[in-house]
Amino acid sequence: MKVLIDGKETVAVEGQTVAGVLLGAGVTSWRTTRDGGRPRGVFCGIGVCFDCLVVVNGIADVRACQRLVRDGDDIRAQHGAELPS
Amino acid sequence: MSRVVVVGGGPAGMAAARAAGAAGVEVLLVDSGARLGGQYHRQDSRAGTERFTLPSGVEYLGDSVVWALEPVAGGHRVHVRTGPADGPGRTGRSVDTPALVLATGAYDRALPFPGWDLPGVFTAGAAQALAKGQGVRVGERVLLAGTGPFLLPVARSLLDVGARVVGVLEAGEPVTGWLARPGGLLAGTGKLGELAGHAALLARHRVPYRRRTAVVEAHGTDRVEAVTAARLNPDWTVVPGSSRRVEVDAVCVGFGFTPQLELAVAARCALAGGFVAVDVAQATSVRGVFAAGELTGIGGAELSAAEGTIAGASAARLLGARPAPPVRALRKARTGRRFAAALDAAHPVRDGWRSWLREDTLVCRCEEVPYGELCAAAREREAYGGRSLKLVTRAGLGPCQGRICGRAVAELTGIQDAAATFARRPIAAPLRLGELAEDPGPQPEAL
Repeated sequence: MKVLIDGKETVAVEGQTVAGVLLGAGVTSWRTTRDGGRPRGVFCGIGVCFDCLVVVNGIADVRACQRLVRDGDDIRAQHGAELPS
Repeated sequence: MSRVVVVGGGPAGMAAARAAGAAGVEVLLVDSGARLGGQYHRQDSRAGTERFTLPSGVEYLGDSVVWALEPVAGGHRVHVRTGPADGPGRTGRSVDTPALVLATGAYDRALPFPGWDLPGVFTAGAAQALAKGQGVRVGERVLLAGTGPFLLPVARSLLDVGARVVGVLEAGEPVTGWLARPGGLLAGTGKLGELAGHAALLARHRVPYRRRTAVVEAHGTDRVEAVTAARLNPDWTVVPGSSRRVEVDAVCVGFGFTPQLELAVAARCALAGGFVAVDVAQATSVRGVFAAGELTGIGGAELSAAEGTIAGASAARLLGARPAPPVRALRKARTGRRFAAALDAAHPVRDGWRSWLREDTLVCRCEEVPYGELCAAAREREAYGGRSLKLVTRAGLGPCQGRICGRAVAELTGIQDAAATFARRPIAAPLRLGELAEDPGPQPEAL
C-alpha cells in the first residue's frame, strides 16, 4: 500500500503503525509543542504519553504509535495545537 | 445473560479470560491493542499468524479502549469504543457486568533529566514495542539506561533488529540487592536463568554493562546527538568528574514500571503502596472487581498469568460456576510474589535523580512545565495539594493526564499520594467531543 507523508508518497505494509512507517522512513519528529514549538516524536511507544500525535486524513491528535496505516492515508506533521476546521 | 468482562489482553487478561471461559461462563475480553499479547507477548502486527487462541466462550474485542467505568446496581458498566486509534470513526458500546477483571498492566517509569524530551529519547518499552511489533530499530547507535532487569531483554530486542547497543547502564547496585534477599533470590531461579541468557547474548555482542551509571543529560537540537553518562553515588547523585559524552542517535530509559491504575481508581478499589490491593483470590476491596498482573505489583509475565488464572476462576465463581481451585496458579503466584518483592528491593529508585534536573528541565512534557516553575509554584503559592498544584502549574493536565510526569511531580513537590492524585481520571482515555456527544445508542447490554 501507499501512504502520503507530508505529501510525499511512501510505501507501507499492512499492520504497520504510523510511527512504524515514519521511523522506518528515517523521520524521528512529526510534532511541535504548543508553547515552546519543541520537536517531538515517539517516547513511550505504547499509547500512554501522547507525544507522538500526528494528523491523519485531516484529523489531529492521533497517536502515531497506536494507529495502523490504511492504503492512501494522508499523514502530516502536527504543529502546535491544531483545531478542527 | 451474565458474563465476565476482562480489561486487558496481556498475560494476566488472557489467562483470566481462559480460566473463566474454561469454567463455562461467557467472557468479553477488551484490549486496546491491535493484537493479543499485551506488552510482554507483543506480536508483530505486520505478521498474519495469530499466536494466541481463546476458548469458544470468549468474545475478543481488540482495538478497543475502555474510556469510563461506572457503578450500577449489582456490578459495573464498562464503556468501550472500538476502532482505529483516536479517530472519530470508532463505535461505542456499553456492557454491564457483575464480575469485572482488571488486567490493565503497567508502563515504563521514566525520570526527567535535561534533554529527555528530545526526539531520540525513548522509554525502554518503546524500543521493545517498535522492535517486536514493527521490526523497527529506534536508532543505529543506542544506549540503554535505567534500573531493573527489563533493560536486558530490551537490549536483546535491539540487537535482534540490527541496532548497535553501545551500552547498558544500570543506575543501581543490583548484585548487593539480590544477595540481601536470599529467599527471593531462590524463588526466582527460573527468572535468573532467563536473565543469564540475556547477559550471555550481551557478552557475545560485546555490549558493555555498567553498574551505578546513568544518562544524566541528552544533547541535540532537533534530536538526540549525544548524551552525558555519569557514575552515580549510592544515592544517585553524580560522582564529580565522572561525566563523559557518548555519541548516540537514540537513548532508551526505564526505571521500573507504573501501573495503569485509572480504571481501578474509577471503581474505587483500595490501593496499597501504589498498586491495587488484592486478596489471595485476586479480589479487590470492591465486590465484583478483580485485579491481576502488574496492576497489583510488578512481577513479570509468569506471575501475571498465574494471577490472571486465579482472577478468572474467582470471577466465574461469582457468576455461579464451580471451577476447580486453581491450585497450580496459586502456588506459582506465591513464589512469583516473593520474586517480585526481591526485584523491588533490588532496584529502588534513589532520590539523587532530582539533582540531575536544571531549572529549565521540563518535568511535565505535555504542558511544558519546567522544574524551576514547578518548585516555585509549590513554594510560593503553597500549592502542595495535588489538585491545586495541577491547576496552578498545569503539570499533569495535558493529554497524558500525568501518566508520565505524575510520580516525578509528586516526589519533587512532596505530594504524598501520587497514585490517587494522578490516576483519578473519570474519563479514563481521551475521547473526541463528537464521540461524547454521540447518541448513546442501544441500551447497555444487561447483566
